Amino acid sequence: MQLRQTAGLAVPLVMASVLLAACSSSSSSPSTGSTATSGATSSSSAAAGLKTGLKVFVIPKNLGNNYFTTADSADSGGAIAALQALGETGTETSGTAATPASQIPAIQAAISKGANALIVSATDPTALCPTLNAAMKRGITVVTYDSDAPGCRNVFINQASTAQIGTSEVDVLAKELNQTGDIAVVSAASSATNQNAWIGYMKQQLTKYPKMKLVSVVYGNDDPTTSTQVTQGLLQRYPNLKGIISPTTVGIAAAAAVLDTAKYRGKIALTGLGTPNSLKKYVSDGTIKEFVLWKPNDLGYLAGYAAVLAASGKINGSQGQSFTAGKLGSFTVGADKTVLLGPPFVFTSSNISQFNF
Amino acid sequence: MSTLVSQSERPSPEAAAGTGAHKLTERVFRIRESGIIVVLVLFVAVTASIQPRFLNITNIQFILVNTTVFALLALGETMVVISRNYDLSVGSVLGLSAYLSASLFGGHPGLPIPLAFLAGLGIGLGCGLLNGIMVAAGQVPSLVVTLATLYIFRGIDILIVGGKEVVANSLPSAFLDIPKATVLGIPVIAIVVAVVIAIGAYYLRSFRSGRDLYAMGSNPDAARLAGIPVGRRVFVAFTVSGAIAGVAGVLWAAQYGTIDSTAGTGYELQVISAVVVGGVAIFGGSGSPVGAALGALLLSTISSALYVLGISPFWNQAIWGLLLLLAITLDRFIAVRLTAALRVRGARHE
Amino acid sequence: MSDRLRAWLGPLLRWETGLALVVVIIGIVGASLSSQFFTSNNIFNLGLSYGEIAIMTLPMTLIVISGEIDLSVASILGMSSALLGYLWARGWPMLGIFGFVAVVGLAAGAVNGLLVTRLGLPSLAVTIGTLAVYRGIATILLGPNTVANFPATYTNLGVNAFPFTGNDLTYSAAIFIVLAIVFGVVLHATPFGRSVYAMGASVEAAQFAGIRVKRIKTILFMTSGLVCALAGVLFTFRLNTAVQNNGLGLELAVVAIVLLGGVSIFGGKGTIVGVVLGVLAFAGIQNALFLTNFNQEAAGIVTGALLLLSVFGRNAASFSSRLREWLSAGRRGRGSDHPAGVTPP
Repeated sequence: MQLRQTAGLAVPLVMASVLLAACSSSSSSPSTGSTATSGATSSSSAAAGLKTGLKVFVIPKNLGNNYFTTADSADSGGAIAALQALGETGTETSGTAATPASQIPAIQAAISKGANALIVSATDPTALCPTLNAAMKRGITVVTYDSDAPGCRNVFINQASTAQIGTSEVDVLAKELNQTGDIAVVSAASSATNQNAWIGYMKQQLTKYPKMKLVSVVYGNDDPTTSTQVTQGLLQRYPNLKGIISPTTVGIAAAAAVLDTAKYRGKIALTGLGTPNSLKKYVSDGTIKEFVLWKPNDLGYLAGYAAVLAASGKINGSQGQSFTAGKLGSFTVGADKTVLLGPPFVFTSSNISQFNF
Repeated sequence: MSTLVSQSERPSPEAAAGTGAHKLTERVFRIRESGIIVVLVLFVAVTASIQPRFLNITNIQFILVNTTVFALLALGETMVVISRNYDLSVGSVLGLSAYLSASLFGGHPGLPIPLAFLAGLGIGLGCGLLNGIMVAAGQVPSLVVTLATLYIFRGIDILIVGGKEVVANSLPSAFLDIPKATVLGIPVIAIVVAVVIAIGAYYLRSFRSGRDLYAMGSNPDAARLAGIPVGRRVFVAFTVSGAIAGVAGVLWAAQYGTIDSTAGTGYELQVISAVVVGGVAIFGGSGSPVGAALGALLLSTISSALYVLGISPFWNQAIWGLLLLLAITLDRFIAVRLTAALRVRGARHE
Repeated sequence: MSDRLRAWLGPLLRWETGLALVVVIIGIVGASLSSQFFTSNNIFNLGLSYGEIAIMTLPMTLIVISGEIDLSVASILGMSSALLGYLWARGWPMLGIFGFVAVVGLAAGAVNGLLVTRLGLPSLAVTIGTLAVYRGIATILLGPNTVANFPATYTNLGVNAFPFTGNDLTYSAAIFIVLAIVFGVVLHATPFGRSVYAMGASVEAAQFAGIRVKRIKTILFMTSGLVCALAGVLFTFRLNTAVQNNGLGLELAVVAIVLLGGVSIFGGKGTIVGVVLGVLAFAGIQNALFLTNFNQEAAGIVTGALLLLSVFGRNAASFSSRLREWLSAGRRGRGSDHPAGVTPP
C-alpha cells in the first residue's frame, strides 16, 4: 500500500522534472526568428511609415510540410525573411494534422501571446472564421495566403489567379496531347475549395478543346497510398486515357511514381502542381514534360510584407490600393481584398535544375 | 477481459485423441484460410464480371505490390496479437524507418541497397525493442504502451524530419525499380513477401517459441504456470514486429519515392483490420500470418475494385467499413467452432 | 466511519492523487513560463478547443471500465455534423434537426452495442469498422460540400461565454461539467455503475450475479452515440462549418485521455475524477507547449510520455522485480496478478 502510494506520488515529481528540463531547452526552433535585424534596415522601414517590432505569427496548414517550410522560413526567403527584413518578429506555428481542430489552438495561442498580425493558410474556408473574426475584432491584422478563408481576413495573398491555375494546366496538357484525348484529374480532398475552384476552371478551358474530354475526377486526399490507388484505378477504368492533371503536390508525385514505367511513360501525359525537387526525377526521365507551380517562398515573402503594411495601416484591402513588397516589386490589391503574386510558373526540363525547393 | 467464447463445444472422442486433434487442427487452419480465399475469389469474380479490365495483368501487379507493405506489417502484428497483445506503433515505426533509411542515399550516393534495408531493419528493431522491454518487463497493457509509442515515435519522426522530405531524385533508380521488377508477370517483391510470410507461419506453427505465443494468447495464466517464459516471448514478438515494420518502411520508400514526416500515418488501424479480417482472433490464441496476409490482400483488392468500378468516391469509405464488419462477422462464426478444438490441441501439446 | 472513509479514499485516490499533482505542476510551470496561461481568455480558448473531446471522454470511460472500447466516437461526431448540415441546407427547422440527430446518434451506438453483445464481436474490431461506416455516411451526406450558414443564435455557442459565469466558461465546458457530475454519480453511486465495474472485472461473475451484461453494454454504447452526436452539434456550431471531415482523427485523443485518467484498459477500474483530471492534464500540456514556443511537434511525444507514465507509475513497484525476473534465464512462472501490496519475493 505504502509503496504504491509513493509510486503514485513519484510520478508527478518525475513529470515535473521532465517538463522543466524540456521547457528549459525549448528556445527557438530554426524556423523562428526572434531577433530584429540591424538598425539600418529597421530605420528604412520606419522611414517608410511601417511599424517595427510587431509580433507576427505565420500559421501554415500544418508543420512538417515541405511546401510550407519553404514558404515560411527565413532561410528560403519566405515570410519570416520578409518580416525580419522589416524589423518584426516572425514565428511559425501550427498543429500537425492539417485540420481546423489542429490549427485553431495554434491561432488562439498566437492571439494570447500578443500577436499583432497573423499570416494563415486556412485548413478550411469557413471553420476558422469564428476564430479569425475574433482576432480582427481585437485589432489583429489577419492575412491569409495559399488557402483562403473568404470574408474573415484583411487581405488574401493568392499565389496565382485561380482561373489561370486551372487554365494553364489544361493548356499544358493540350499542347502535349495535340489537343486530342481523354484526360482525368487526380485531386486532393473532395471538399478542398481551391481544388474544386481550379477544376471548375479546367472544365471551362476544356470547352476550347473539343477533342479533349475530362472522363473522371478522383480524390487522393493528399495521401500517397490513396493517390496511388486512385491513379491505378483510372488506368484500368479508362484504357484510352491520354493525360492526367494532378493539382496537388502529393498527388502528382504519387501519380508520377505509378506512371514511371516503360508501359506508361510518355504514353500518358502527366502534369499538375508540384514542387521541383519532388519531380526532378520524373522530369529527367520523361514521365512529366512540364508542370506548374509558383514560388512558395515569394508567396510567403509577399504575405509577410502585406501583413506589416496592413498592420501599419498602409493598406486595408480596398481594391486599387498599390504597394511595394521589397525585392518582389509592386502589387495592386484586386477584388475581394486579394493580391495576386503573379502568373503561375511553368517548370520544364530546361529550367528545373535552377530551383531547390 | 472477456473470453472469446462463453460456451464451448465438446469435441468428439476421436478428435480428443492426440493424432486426431492434430489432423483436426490442420484441417481447421486450412478451413480458416480457405474461407478468406473463397471470399477473395468471389469478390474478384463479381468485380471482374462487371469490369473485366480489373483482372488484367497490370492491375493484378498493382494490387500485389500495394499489398506487400501491409502484408509484412500484418505478419508482425499477427505474432503480437496471437499472444493477446497489440502493436499500435507500426505506422510510426514505418514512417521513421522509411525516412531515415531513404535519406541515407542522399548523403551517401553509392550506398548499396541492401544496406538501406539493413538500416530500416535496425531502426525498426530498436523501436520494437523498446516496446518489448516495456510490455514484457513492465507488465503493462500493450495497447497503452504502443499507443504511447505511436505518439512518441511519430513525434521523434516529426522532430527529425521537420519540413524536409526525401525526393525520388535522391534515390538510386535500382532502388525505385524494386517494386517494378517482375518474374513471369508476378512482382518479385510479392514473391519475396509471400516467402517471408510462409516462413513466419511455419515458425509460429512448428517451433516451440512460436506455439508458446498461441498458448499465451489462449490462456495467459495457464501458460505462465506451464513454465512458458512469457516475458521473453513477448519481448521477442514485439522486437520482431518492430523489425518487420522497419523493413516495410524501406519497401514503402521504394514504392512511393517521396517521403516526409507523414509516411505511415493511420496504418495501425488498417493493419489491425487486415489481421482481424484474416481470421486472427483479436483476443489472441488463434490465427495465422497467412490468413492475415490474405486479409491484407482482400482489403487491397476491395480498394482497387472500388476505384476500378468507378463507384462514386464518396461511397468508398462506407462500403469499406461495411465489408470490414461483414468479414469480422463471418470470421466470428468460424472462430466459435474452432476455438474449442484449438484449446484441446493446445492442452495436449507437451 | 473513518475506516470506511479510509477504505473508500485509499484505493480511489492513488493514481488520481498523482494525476492531480501533475495537473497542478502543469499549471505552475505553465503560468511561470507564460503570463498568458491563467488568463480568462486562455481558459476560454481551452474550453473551446477541447470541450467536445472532453465531453466524448465521459461515456468512453464507462465503456472502457465495462471491458469494451469505442473507436467510432469521432466518426459519430462527424456523421452528426454532416447530418446537421445536410438537413439545415434542406430547410429543416433546427429543433427538428436536433431531435433527428439525437435519434441517429442513439442508433449508431445501438449498432455498435448490438454487434458487440448479440453477435459477440470484439468491440475493438467492430468499432474500427463502424469508424469507417459512419465517416462514410458523413461523406455520402455532404460529398464535397460545406454548409456554413448556421444562424448566429447557435454559432454564438462558440463565441460567447456561458451566461452568469463571467468570461471563462464556454458552453461546451459547462456542458462537460454537468455531464461529468451526472456520469460521476451514475458510475460511483448507483447500482448501474457498480454493475459496470463488475462486468469489467469479470463478465461471467457479473452474469452469475444477475447483472444483465448485454443490455447494459448496449446502453453504454447508445449513450456514447448520443453524447458524441451532441459533441458533433457543438463542434459544428463552434466552427460554423459542417463538412465531411469534421472531427477526423479525434478518437485517439479521447482514448489517450481516458487511459491517462487511470482507467484500466482491461476493464473494472477507473474513475470519472481521474478522467476529468486527464482532460485537464492533456489540454494543459498542449496549451502550455503552444504558449511557450516549445516545438509543437513535440506535443505528441509529451502525450505519449504521459501515457507511459500513467501505466508505469502504477506499476513502478513491480517493474524492477519483473525486469530482474525476465533478465534471468529462469523458466519459473509467476502468477499474473499479485494481491495489492504484496511484493514478490
